[in-house]
Amino acid sequence: MQWIPAALSAAVLFTACKPKQAGNVVSGDAASKVYVAPGKYDEVYLFTSGGYSGQVGVYGVPSGRLFRVIPVFSVDPEKGWGYSEETKPMLNTSKGFVPWDDSHHPVLSKTAGNDDGRWLFINGNNTPRIARINLKTFRTDEIIELPNTGGNHASPFCTENTEYVVGATRFSVPSDNEDVAINTYKKNFVGTVNFVKVDKESGNMSMAFQVNAPAVNFDLARAGKGMSHGWVFFSCYNTEQANTLLEVNASQKDKDFIMAVNWKKAEEYLAQGKGVKKAASYVHNRYNESTHTATSEMLKEVMTLDAKTLKGICYFMPCPKSPHGCDVNPTGEYIVASGKLAATIPVFSFKKMQDAIAKNDVEGEFDGIPVLKYSSVIAGEVEKPGLGPLHTEFDSKGFAYTSFFVSSEVVKWNVETRQVVDRIPTYYSIGHLCVVQGDSKEPFGKYLVAMNKITKDRYLPTGPELCQSAQLIDISGEKMKLLLDFPTIGEPHYAQMIQADLITKNQVKIFKLDDNKHQYVAKNEKATKVVRNGNDVHIYATAIRSHFTPDNIEGVRVGDNVYFHITNLEQDWDVPHGFAVKGAGNAELLIMPGETQTLKWTPTFAGVYPMYCTDFCSALHQEMQGYVRVSPAGSSVPLSFSTGSNNGEQPAK
Amino acid sequence: MQPRIPLKNFSRWIIALSSLAMIGAYFTSVWYIDLSAPQYPEGLGLEIWVNGLKGDLDSINNLNHYIGMATLHTDEFPEFVILPWLLGCMIAGGLFVAWRNSRKVLFWYLVCLILIALVASYDFWRWEYKYGHELDPHAAIKLPGMSYQPPFLGYKQLLNFLAGSLPDVGGWLIIGGGFLIGGVYFMERFSQRIFKRKQ
Repeated sequence: MQWIPAALSAAVLFTACKPKQAGNVVSGDAASKVYVAPGKYDEVYLFTSGGYSGQVGVYGVPSGRLFRVIPVFSVDPEKGWGYSEETKPMLNTSKGFVPWDDSHHPVLSKTAGNDDGRWLFINGNNTPRIARINLKTFRTDEIIELPNTGGNHASPFCTENTEYVVGATRFSVPSDNEDVAINTYKKNFVGTVNFVKVDKESGNMSMAFQVNAPAVNFDLARAGKGMSHGWVFFSCYNTEQANTLLEVNASQKDKDFIMAVNWKKAEEYLAQGKGVKKAASYVHNRYNESTHTATSEMLKEVMTLDAKTLKGICYFMPCPKSPHGCDVNPTGEYIVASGKLAATIPVFSFKKMQDAIAKNDVEGEFDGIPVLKYSSVIAGEVEKPGLGPLHTEFDSKGFAYTSFFVSSEVVKWNVETRQVVDRIPTYYSIGHLCVVQGDSKEPFGKYLVAMNKITKDRYLPTGPELCQSAQLIDISGEKMKLLLDFPTIGEPHYAQMIQADLITKNQVKIFKLDDNKHQYVAKNEKATKVVRNGNDVHIYATAIRSHFTPDNIEGVRVGDNVYFHITNLEQDWDVPHGFAVKGAGNAELLIMPGETQTLKWTPTFAGVYPMYCTDFCSALHQEMQGYVRVSPAGSSVPLSFSTGSNNGEQPAK
Repeated sequence: MQPRIPLKNFSRWIIALSSLAMIGAYFTSVWYIDLSAPQYPEGLGLEIWVNGLKGDLDSINNLNHYIGMATLHTDEFPEFVILPWLLGCMIAGGLFVAWRNSRKVLFWYLVCLILIALVASYDFWRWEYKYGHELDPHAAIKLPGMSYQPPFLGYKQLLNFLAGSLPDVGGWLIIGGGFLIGGVYFMERFSQRIFKRKQ
């Protein structure tokens, strides 16, 4: 009966013969490479997009520690962003106050093609906007809306000297507020590409011009550098011009396009007066650091250039299957495009593109824009790199790193030979990746951060909604090494890394009280007052360790608009004060040293309301409190305020 | 007519028990298609029962539509109507062989089992071929020259998925039963010869 055990062992063998998958290997010295001793600084800043949180996350690398969430497009009650009177205008749009957006791509400002550590730009995808964050204060200083744009996705990639940041429509749309049938896409929809000028000194943004291009979906962009300075490259999909079920309908053509935009040419046309001013409505919001107050301005005109009639601004380069990433190597010679449904990575040559344009080597036109011949512009393809290529960044040694969503890996390849040299799995399904200064002329390299779309079993579970995740990979050697997993806020679409010292040297520690030009500032306790103006009650108050002045306020009535203008009199680093009032249908304030912030409160019930400092400021923080008495509407309780008078009322000034 | 060659009692017990064990295939999965990918470390499984498809059918259908593979639905397979009856016949046949106690009947029963195995294998392979090759021309991901036929037995890499095709519990009961019955037949023949030679 020997064959009975034989048959049984055959069964066991069959089930055991599953081939081994690539293991989750972390090398032995990974821990020491990510360990930043207490009190020591990380080497690199990582700025991640907050994705659908609308914000920006600031992390240290290699530790993966979260330092700050910078509020940008979404309200943040913790910091009073969008709740204080000073910050509300920042979230104003042509459609009114919008409390949220979807932020995708943080982009560091550049000088001579290298990260200069001055500003960080980020796009709002939903209500199309670009924000500028000041890296001295880590605050959002400016937000500009883009007119006639639907989904500002290919944004805000900047040119070599931050001459422009760009923003192109992901959802081609008719002009704003135009009421047309959806299925007239081909006839009525326009693909707008916006060039936003950035002032060299102040960083202030202004809408320079808008190129009207064929209606397609613009996905991502990168500016040329070095030899390709003067151009911006945009990946385009849905060249099928479908207006429904894009999942299928926008995936039919074998090739979509990379659109090359010659912005120097566009500037020439503008100088010749070829631009057309069109009516539009979009806002420009600015935060003034000396008044500590934002203003929102509605703009009514936009300069447009028609790419179909003004020849030489736009060219299409055919690119396989719905290109997503569109990245330019450090020398500016190669444009690496990744068709997310393609089986190869096409690498375009800027030189060959110039030749093809000079020789008019075109295969046809798409909606009035010349389409260059694929074979004339391609430098080569990376063969069999993986599945679902998305984004590419570069190191200083001539290597490119491309993320692969479907095969869930990072693939390292040689830019010149286009040979794959190494690959490493990611957990799981990577989207963007970034290398330290990996999109600049001189990448720093060393670290690569993979931003994954799926975490599944990588962390302690937290119900159906799991954390988002980044993975730190050491790219200093020949082989890539996984160092660390760390969770991130929102969905980190894209991130950028920069050497820390480029930023730390410029840090603002406090705002100078003497320079505070806020309309309602009280620069010392003697200057505090309470002023009634009809139903508006303005409280000019101060905060210093550990009391508010005034801290007893009476004479407020139900239905009044009460404005607490709190000035933080501290002039030391890291002594913010917080402020909150019981029952206020609002958020708290966090007031930095030397700053004034305003909380508006409209009490609806009579009573005595405590107010207090929310940010632990001193040993007597718990004592930093006060009261506001609210009397019924029409009450004759006189307006009064005081600090330190336990016997009650003092006459109002 | 040749005289009936009876079977040993031990053999009849093995045949009867093997047949009865096949009843278990009504309550367990017969075949298992195992899919794992980097982002599916826990794997996705398709269970083929005698009367239908179970397991992560919805997830598999949803994933495969990107590359244009047909969605799978139990009611589109006539096999799942036939298979329960066929299995019943196999079980009844085995019990009949044990009762009839004839080597010749056992021989013909074995021939039937082999034929069923061949037809079922062909049918399975033919379905796998169709499933992997007949792709929707409007699929989002079309890779030139790529087809997605799952392996007949064992493992195969299909894009980012490692696909495995293996008998499941019910399948092992049927295959094991079939092999035991086959083994019994050969034992009956060989042991006699060995016995005769030794004599």
